[in-house]
Amino acid sequence: MNGYIPNTSDEQREMLRQSGFSSFDDLYRDVPESVRLKGLLDLPEAMSELEVRRELERLASENTVYKHIFRGAGAYRHYIPAIVDEVTGKEEFRTAYTPYQAEISQGVLQSIFEYQTDICELTGLEAANASVYDGACAAAEACEMCRDRKRSRVLVSSAVDPKIISVVRTYSFGRDTEVTLIPEKDGATDLEALKEALSEDVACVLMQQPNFYGSIEDMQAACTLAHEAGAKFVASVNPVSLAVLQSPGEYGADVAVGDGQPLGIPLSWGGPYVGFMAASEKMMRKLPGRIVGQTKDCDGRRAFVLTLQAREQHIRREKASSNICSNEALCAMRTAVYLAAMGPEGLRQAALQSSSKAHYLQEQLEAAGFKKAFEGREFFHEFVTESDRSAELLAALKSDGILGGLPLDERRILWCATEMNTRDEIEKVAAIAKEVSRS
Amino acid sequence: MKLIFERSREGRGTAYLPACDVPEKLPACPLREKAPRLAEVPETEVDRHYSELASQTHGVNKGFYPLGSCTMKYNPAINEYAASLPGFTDIHPLQDEDTVKGAAELAERLEKYLAEITGMDAVTLQPAAGAHGEFTGLLLIKAYHRSCGNTQRRKIIVPDSAHGTNPASAAMAGFEVVSIASDEHGCVDLDALRAAVGEDTAGLMLTNPNTVGLFDPNILEITSIVHEAGGLCYYDGANLNAVMGIVRPGDMGFDVVHVNLHKTFSTPHGGGGPGSGPVGCRQFLARFLPHTGSAESIGDVRSFMGNFLVAVKAFTYILSIGAEGVPLAASNAVLNANYMRVKLADIYPMAYDTVCMHEFVMSLEKLHHEYGVSALDVAKAMLDHGIHPPTMYFPLIVHEALMVEPTETETKETLDEAVEILRGIYDAAVSDPASMHEMPLNTSVRRLDEVGAARNPVVRYQF
Repeated sequence: MNGYIPNTSDEQREMLRQSGFSSFDDLYRDVPESVRLKGLLDLPEAMSELEVRRELERLASENTVYKHIFRGAGAYRHYIPAIVDEVTGKEEFRTAYTPYQAEISQGVLQSIFEYQTDICELTGLEAANASVYDGACAAAEACEMCRDRKRSRVLVSSAVDPKIISVVRTYSFGRDTEVTLIPEKDGATDLEALKEALSEDVACVLMQQPNFYGSIEDMQAACTLAHEAGAKFVASVNPVSLAVLQSPGEYGADVAVGDGQPLGIPLSWGGPYVGFMAASEKMMRKLPGRIVGQTKDCDGRRAFVLTLQAREQHIRREKASSNICSNEALCAMRTAVYLAAMGPEGLRQAALQSSSKAHYLQEQLEAAGFKKAFEGREFFHEFVTESDRSAELLAALKSDGILGGLPLDERRILWCATEMNTRDEIEKVAAIAKEVSRS
Repeated sequence: MKLIFERSREGRGTAYLPACDVPEKLPACPLREKAPRLAEVPETEVDRHYSELASQTHGVNKGFYPLGSCTMKYNPAINEYAASLPGFTDIHPLQDEDTVKGAAELAERLEKYLAEITGMDAVTLQPAAGAHGEFTGLLLIKAYHRSCGNTQRRKIIVPDSAHGTNPASAAMAGFEVVSIASDEHGCVDLDALRAAVGEDTAGLMLTNPNTVGLFDPNILEITSIVHEAGGLCYYDGANLNAVMGIVRPGDMGFDVVHVNLHKTFSTPHGGGGPGSGPVGCRQFLARFLPHTGSAESIGDVRSFMGNFLVAVKAFTYILSIGAEGVPLAASNAVLNANYMRVKLADIYPMAYDTVCMHEFVMSLEKLHHEYGVSALDVAKAMLDHGIHPPTMYFPLIVHEALMVEPTETETKETLDEAVEILRGIYDAAVSDPASMHEMPLNTSVRRLDEVGAARNPVVRYQF
C-alpha cells in the first residue's frame, strides 16, 4: 500500500531535486533530532483493500443488528427512504468542505438554506443555523445564547434527557455558570417548583417535549412562567413529533433545539447525528455557527452565501458567540432530503403511526401486567412501565431477537415505538410479557 | 436555480409508509394548528433537484482543493463502504455491551492507534470536531488545575497566528486569552512567551507546524518554558498531517492533543461536517476525560460515544496505509507543498521563504500595492479553472495571505497544472489588473453581495 500517494518513488525523487532538497529527511530539518522518531510506530502493517474489507466486515458482523427495536431514549429508528442515501452519497456533497467560496459552492449553500427553512417551519421560529454537533450540544449552546451579565443561571428540568443535562453541565463548567435542576413530579416537570426557582438571575429555562420519559409537558404554562420572570424559554424537541404537536413558536419559545437524527439518519451507534437550532428573529444574531443567507451576485442572480459571520470564531476569536467551525452539514442535508421525500403528509404519517403504535404497545403491555408508570400522563411515542419482572422481560425479548425498552432502574423500562414496528411485532412483545408475568 | 419549495405542488409526493395497522391515536394535548410548509415533491423531482445542486458544488473527489489548514486529501471509497455496513449503521447506541463487541473493538483499537500516533496515553473519541476537541482538552486542563487547588491559573496563551477556534475555545472553557506576537520567522517569540507565563498561566495552545506552515524549531524550549511555569501544553492537531509518523506531539512536550479525523485521517468533510475531533492526553489527565463515568470526569461533551461512523472511516484508513504509510503520507504532503512553493516563489512572494511543512503562505501585498490586485481577486480567478482556491486572509499576521495545502494525494501533474494556472493569473494581473476584479466569469453565479446579505439577512425561504 502506498498511503494513497500517486507519485512514484522516481517522481518523488525528481520533485525533491527540483525543489532543492537532497532527501525527505532534509524536508524535516527544523524538527529537533532528539525527538525525531527513529523507527516505525507501533501500528499494524498496511493491508490490501481486500484484507481491510474482510476485517471491517468481521467487526461489523460481531454486532447484533436487531430487526425489532423498541428502544429510543435519544436515538430513534424510523424508516429512511432509499433516496436519502442515494442523494447524500453524491461525492460532490460528501467531499466538499465548508462553502467558503460561494461561487463554486451554491449546491451546498442552497441545501443549507433549504434545511434552515425546514427547521424554521418545523419549530415555528424565524431563524435557524446550519447545524451543530448534536441535540445535546444544541441545548447547551442555546443556554449560552440566553446568558448575559445579569442573568447567568440556567434552570433545567429533571425530566430532560440525562445525556443533555450532562452536556449542559459540561458547557456550564466551562463558562463557570450555574445549572439548577427543577424536580419532576410523576414523569413531568414540577411547574410549582419551577415557579419558585425563577428569579432575577435566571437566564433561561430548558425543557424537553416530549420529555425523556416520553411524557407531554405543559410547555405553554412553563414558557409563560419563564417569560413572566424575565427569563428566556428553550425547548428541546423531537422533530418528528413536530408534525403533530404544538410547535415551539406556537407556545412562545425563544429558542428551539433538538437532534435531527429521527429525520433520516441511521442509529449508527450514536453518531454522526445533527443538532438543529432555531430562534426568534430577535435572537438570530446570537445563534452559534454557520448561517446561510440569500443575496444576489453581480449579475443580479439569486445566490446564497455564509452570512452574519461577525458572530464567528474566525472573525471575533475569543469574543465569538461559539467556537464552532466544522458542523454536521451532510447530516443536515440528510434531514432536508428526508423531509423533501416524505413531504408534510409523509412526516405526519411517521408521527401519527409512531404515536399510535406506542399507544397500542402500552395497552398491550398493560394488559400483560406491565403497568404504565406515570398514570394519567399523556405521551407521544415513548412511555415508562413499572414491574418487578422488568429484567426478566428484557432478557426474554433479547433471546427472541428483540431489543426491548431501556431499563431506567430495576423496575422501570422506557419503551419506544415508531412506524417501523408492526402490529405483529407488538403483539409478540405482549405475548412474551404475558408469559414473563405468569412465570 | 429553483428552491425545493418552488418545485412544490400541493398534493404531490411519494408515499413510503404502509397504512397504519393499529388504531390511530395521538396524545390528548395541544396539537399544532398550522402544518409545517415542507416541500411537496415527487421523488423524481427530489432526485433532479439534488443532482442540480451537486453540479454546483466542488468537492475534493471532483477536483484539486488546496485549501490551507483544511487538509483536503482524497477520501478513499473503501472508507465509505466500511461505514455503510449495517453492522455499524443499524446498531442502537444504548444496546447491551455484549451485542456491540465489534464496534467496541474498533473504537478501542482506534483509540490505541491515535494514542500511538500522538504519543499520548489515553484518548476519547467523543468530541465531534476539531474545535469541540479543543474545548474538551481545555476543560481537562481546567479540571486538572482545579484538582490541584490552582484556581488562579486562568490564562491561556495563544500565538497571534493561531486558528480562531483556539481563542474562542479558551473563552468557552472560561479562560482569559493572552495573545502573544510571533517573531519575524512566524514562530513563537520565546521572549514574549517567557514574559507571558507566570502563576496565572493555565496553559499554551499551539499548532506545530504552525499556521504559516513552519515547524517551530524551538518547540522543546517552548513546551519547557510553559511547564516550568506550571502550565500545560495543548497541541492543536489541525496540522498533524505534516508530521505524523515523523515526530509525536507527546515527544515534543505536549500534554493534551486533538486530532481531526476529517483532515489527517481522510474522512470526508461533508460540506462542513460531520468531522470528528478525538482528544488524547497524558496519564495524569486521563481521569478527567469525558464519557468515562469517572467521578472526576468533566462530563459529556455530546451524547453517546462520538461520531462513530467517522471513526469507522478513520480506522479503515489507518489499516489501509499501515505503520509505513503514516510517515509516507506526511512526507509526501510536505514534498508536494515544497514543490509548489519553489515553483511559485519567484512571482508570488512567500511570507516566510524557507522550507515549509505541508502548506505554505504567500503574501500578495506587493501585487496588491502595485497593481491593485488582491488575494481575493487571485482566488476568484482560480475558480474559473476548476480549482478550489487556497485559504484567503489567514493567518491574520500575513497581509493579503493565500495559504496553499496541496496534500499528498495529488499527482505531480495536478501540482504542475495548478502552478501554471497561478502563473497565468499573475501574468493577467500584471497586464490587465482591472479585469481581475471581474473574476470569476464562468461559475454558476459570480461574485456575491455579501454586505447586503449581512445587512438585511434572509436566512429562510419566504413563502
